[in-house]
Amino acid sequence: MAAEYDQSIRAVCTALEVELAELPDWNCCGASSAHFLNDELALRLSARNVRIAQQHARDLLVPCAACFQRLKHAQKALRQMSRSTATGPINGTIDVLHVNDFFCRPEVLSRLRVRVVKPLSGLAGAPYYGCLSQRPPKVTDAPRPENPTGMDALMRIVGMTVCRWSYKTDCCGGSLAVARTDLVLKLTGDLLAAAVEAGAECIVTDCPMCQSNLDSRQAEIEAQQGKHYGLPVFYITELLALALGVGQPARWWAKHLVDPTPLLRTKGLC
Amino acid sequence: MSLPTAPQHPVAWQVQSAVRPSSEFVELVARSGAQDVGRCYQCRKCTNGCPLASEMDLKPNQVMRAVQLGLQQEVLGSRTIWICAACQTCTTRCPNDIDIAHTMDVLRQLCVRLGVTPAEPNVVRFHRLFLDSVRRHGRVFELGMIARYKLASGQLTTDMKLGWELFRRGKLNFLPDRITGTDEVRQIFKETMERTA
Ligand code: SF4
Ligand code: SF4
Repeated sequence: MAAEYDQSIRAVCTALEVELAELPDWNCCGASSAHFLNDELALRLSARNVRIAQQHARDLLVPCAACFQRLKHAQKALRQMSRSTATGPINGTIDVLHVNDFFCRPEVLSRLRVRVVKPLSGLAGAPYYGCLSQRPPKVTDAPRPENPTGMDALMRIVGMTVCRWSYKTDCCGGSLAVARTDLVLKLTGDLLAAAVEAGAECIVTDCPMCQSNLDSRQAEIEAQQGKHYGLPVFYITELLALALGVGQPARWWAKHLVDPTPLLRTKGLC
Repeated sequence: MSLPTAPQHPVAWQVQSAVRPSSEFVELVARSGAQDVGRCYQCRKCTNGCPLASEMDLKPNQVMRAVQLGLQQEVLGSRTIWICAACQTCTTRCPNDIDIAHTMDVLRQLCVRLGVTPAEPNVVRFHRLFLDSVRRHGRVFELGMIARYKLASGQLTTDMKLGWELFRRGKLNFLPDRITGTDEVRQIFKETMERTA
């Protein structure tokens, strides 16, 4: 579904000399559907992935906000369980990180800074974090769940203008997209209007669900509100890769429903 | 004990006069995994931050109160529990450290387990089909899952254009992505879903 996110993360990591290895034989964490219907199922689906990572002695770098939150929840639960039983191996000892938390580590940031070849100056974006990379902080360990700033810092490093808005962590409606599309159109419509009001020319996100809702539902929202937004919705890593001059951005733009090329062209970025 | 006065909801009105507080339901909810509902003192911070409160029949704070009062049918039959998007805003903000979002999970699970007719059947259908796709393949097969949802919900023609636009961009795979540990995943489903059936 989000090949452009996957490819841009890999491109940025290669440029930063960070070695990635895909988790062997990973399974779907069950997203909201599993914890809606069965807590134990939700835990065990995620725990299987954490265990595989542990067998390979690897930390987990997770691009999807929902997967991140479920895996982190499972990792903490596994550690808790093995603490409360005196015998047996300690589980959940690996780290579960959201992609952005990793890119925002000081040593990674400084590598990024010196490798920028094409600053995205003049491009104004609204950083949109959504829900699950931040909340609940007890699970995510997010230092500022109500006003996260990690993606803001990344955008500044590649020369973007960061728009201030109060919708950074508002919900896009997530998994209601299929069964209650009307609600997603409402929430997502509010986000688009607020981003434009904040002076944004695009929205920047690190959650595939948010990207999909904001990008693919935009035409319907425009028809409903009788307005034209035409607001491209980028993955942060697509923009990092663009600034680092790596990967194949043209292929990624072709995957967007709101075509970002007209905007990028006016900025001399494609 | 009275429910909040404004804005009033019909359900809240109906229960107001007839209610005889009972702690049975709150105990059932606690046994099912949400132990902290009793701590709610109706500050309504959860409701004020809830992005979907305006669409809910019972507001999140009213759900908490209704659980305390033992209003099982009102809670489990509410639209609220299925409209909640699990965004975790309420849980993050509650001054009493109540995990409201997880309480919603517990209530949804009780609704299904006790055979209460869900107020939003399509939401339940979607989640069931999503999970069934995970059970079969180990990963979600979006195209297959959405096709089955459309048949089950009768919403055959909605999103056809969007579906095509996604497919054209290679965003929906034509074939499922299978994992080698499918048996292991099926076993997890067997053990957890059968236990609660
Ligand atoms: S925020 Fe917590 S204490 Fe306040 S009404 Fe909601 S559940 Fe009750
Ligand atoms: S988790 Fe559910 S109830 Fe809580 S704020 Fe989000 S949508 Fe509202």
